[in-house]
Amino acid sequence: MRNLLSILLLILLVVGIGCVDTKSHAKGIYMLIDTSGTYTGELKKAQAIINYLLGTLQPGDSFAVASIDTGSFSEKDIWAKMTFDSKPSRANSQKRAFQEAINMKRASVKGSPYTDITGGILQGTEFINETGAGKKYILIFSDLKEEIGKGYVRDIPIQVSGYTVIALNVTKLRSDNIDPREYMERVEEWKKKVESSGGTWKVINDLEKLDRIFE
Amino acid sequence: MSLPDLLTWPYVVITVAVLIFLLYIARNPAHQAILAISRIFYNAMRLSARSVMSAESKLQQRNREVLLASGMNAIEKKLEREFYRVNSVVQRDLQGYPALHRSMSDLITRIDEDYRESTESPPSPPAWLDAIEAVSKIPSSEESLVGNMLKEIHKTLKSHHKETMDQYRKSSGIRHSLLKKMMPFWRKLTNTVDDVGKTISGLMQRAEVIDKKMLEYEEIRKGSDRAVRILSSSSMTHFFTSGFVLLIAFGGAVVNFNLIALPMSEMVGGGSYIGSFKASNIAAMVIILLETVAGIFLMESLRFTNMFPLIQTMDDKWRKRLIIWTFTGLLAFACIEAGLAFMRDLIAADIQSLRQSLAGVQEQESSYRWITTAAQMGLGFLLPFMIALVAIPLESFVESSRTILGVVTVSALRGFAFVLRLAGHVSKYIGQGLIGIYDLLIFPPLWIERLSGNKAKGPKVTEKEEVQP
Repeated sequence: MRNLLSILLLILLVVGIGCVDTKSHAKGIYMLIDTSGTYTGELKKAQAIINYLLGTLQPGDSFAVASIDTGSFSEKDIWAKMTFDSKPSRANSQKRAFQEAINMKRASVKGSPYTDITGGILQGTEFINETGAGKKYILIFSDLKEEIGKGYVRDIPIQVSGYTVIALNVTKLRSDNIDPREYMERVEEWKKKVESSGGTWKVINDLEKLDRIFE
Repeated sequence: MSLPDLLTWPYVVITVAVLIFLLYIARNPAHQAILAISRIFYNAMRLSARSVMSAESKLQQRNREVLLASGMNAIEKKLEREFYRVNSVVQRDLQGYPALHRSMSDLITRIDEDYRESTESPPSPPAWLDAIEAVSKIPSSEESLVGNMLKEIHKTLKSHHKETMDQYRKSSGIRHSLLKKMMPFWRKLTNTVDDVGKTISGLMQRAEVIDKKMLEYEEIRKGSDRAVRILSSSSMTHFFTSGFVLLIAFGGAVVNFNLIALPMSEMVGGGSYIGSFKASNIAAMVIILLETVAGIFLMESLRFTNMFPLIQTMDDKWRKRLIIWTFTGLLAFACIEAGLAFMRDLIAADIQSLRQSLAGVQEQESSYRWITTAAQMGLGFLLPFMIALVAIPLESFVESSRTILGVVTVSALRGFAFVLRLAGHVSKYIGQGLIGIYDLLIFPPLWIERLSGNKAKGPKVTEKEEVQP
């Protein structure tokens, strides 16, 4: 009888160890908001996306919102960042605080002359890697037209292997209307850049279909 | 020589003729080989089918034994229960029979005494009536001495008559009052006799049930086909009804799971996982399974089910303790679940309010929210007890599934044996068909042989009639 119990315990132990999943199931999201030029007029839409994400994210997930300006590879550009508590009630309070922080920041945002998307992505990967999230997302709320300031070096490969990079609300510029190839080339260029680094690329222009983010 | 040269018709004809000749020479060995191969397949399939059928018959026998044993067990249980009831009736009503008998005989004695006392005693005629008769015959006139005497006698007689009548009425009154006193005793006696009658008739009914069960038991012991048929059909009914109830219980468990999974994330954390499952979901599942286990043990210790012999043979003292422990456990689970259901309502309301504020919608307080809260708490409290009852259909399902599984396996084995036999026969006829095709290919030499007067020798190997498995 004792031997049988020992064998059973051993089997349970082996099965238990086998069941331990070291992979994290939490999501890590870094959202970049373009604040350059006329794009500041689109901030209301960005707010709607943030609210959608706050309503969708689960306890344990991490979320950060940062602006894209002249030099985006900086913590100063982060508007708000948070890893939600594992308890739903606390996570809800944190989400409320997050929403308030974003509202305050949005009211005081100033337009920037340049658009450093690459720097923002590099900052985003740094943040998400630190959270240890299992599913990693970088959302770029921009027209994807990158304009680097003088002296800034951004001709470097981005490390987005295992990431899903999603361009949101990629608006067409006036020049795109004249020559749509410019728009297509811009989007294609970013797609190549992300996919060559091992990431997955998505474009969501219809904000009614935000559920596609986590598909 | 190139391929087109080879394909010219003289070459083709010569090649075909050579081939036909070669096939003709090899006819008998080829026939033998084809037949041998087909027979190998046929015999292999037949033997396999026979072995499968033997397994099927053994399994059927085993199923029959299992069915009869479980039927006997069930009837024994029923008989035990009937005897227990008879015992309790005898103990309750007939154990006090001596006292009852004494009380009845006391009542009868009392009634008898009262009856005897109440018997009517007619007033005795006065002894001097003859003397009066003699005096009355003496001739007399109105004013004579005799006349006066008679008048006096008449007067005396009248007063005496009145006195006697008064005495008689008085004694009649006493008798009537005695008879009136007897009424409750009569009623009591009648009720007692009625009670005894009811008990006896109840016992008679139990005896009839026991007789019927004994007949069934005898039938099962004999192992008659009728008994097997009845038991099998009863088993089938149990299987489907208990399966249906289990399905409903599963639905209840799902509702229960949804009720406690969200608040469990408040306790164990919503972001932790075990395998690919959320720890809070697993915790909720474990609680439901523990409730089921507690329910099974409770039903077992209450002797509603009979799945664990250890609990059945347990000392009554320990069994009662187990009842208390498991019931307390269930009650605790019910209270916890009611609390969790309340918590779920709070969390859900908080999430709803957050979503509304994120969507920019003004929050609206519903005045009927307390109804859902109360309903959720009530469900949280009741569902553990409902789940606990699952032990009863579970036992029935497990018991009947043995029979059903046996029947299904027997049918599968029969089907398999049929397929094997069919494959055997198909291989046999394929062999015969191939022989026919072989002869068709070499029909020119066979035709020449027939024309030359020698009958074509058939294959030496002839098909023996195979014994059907």
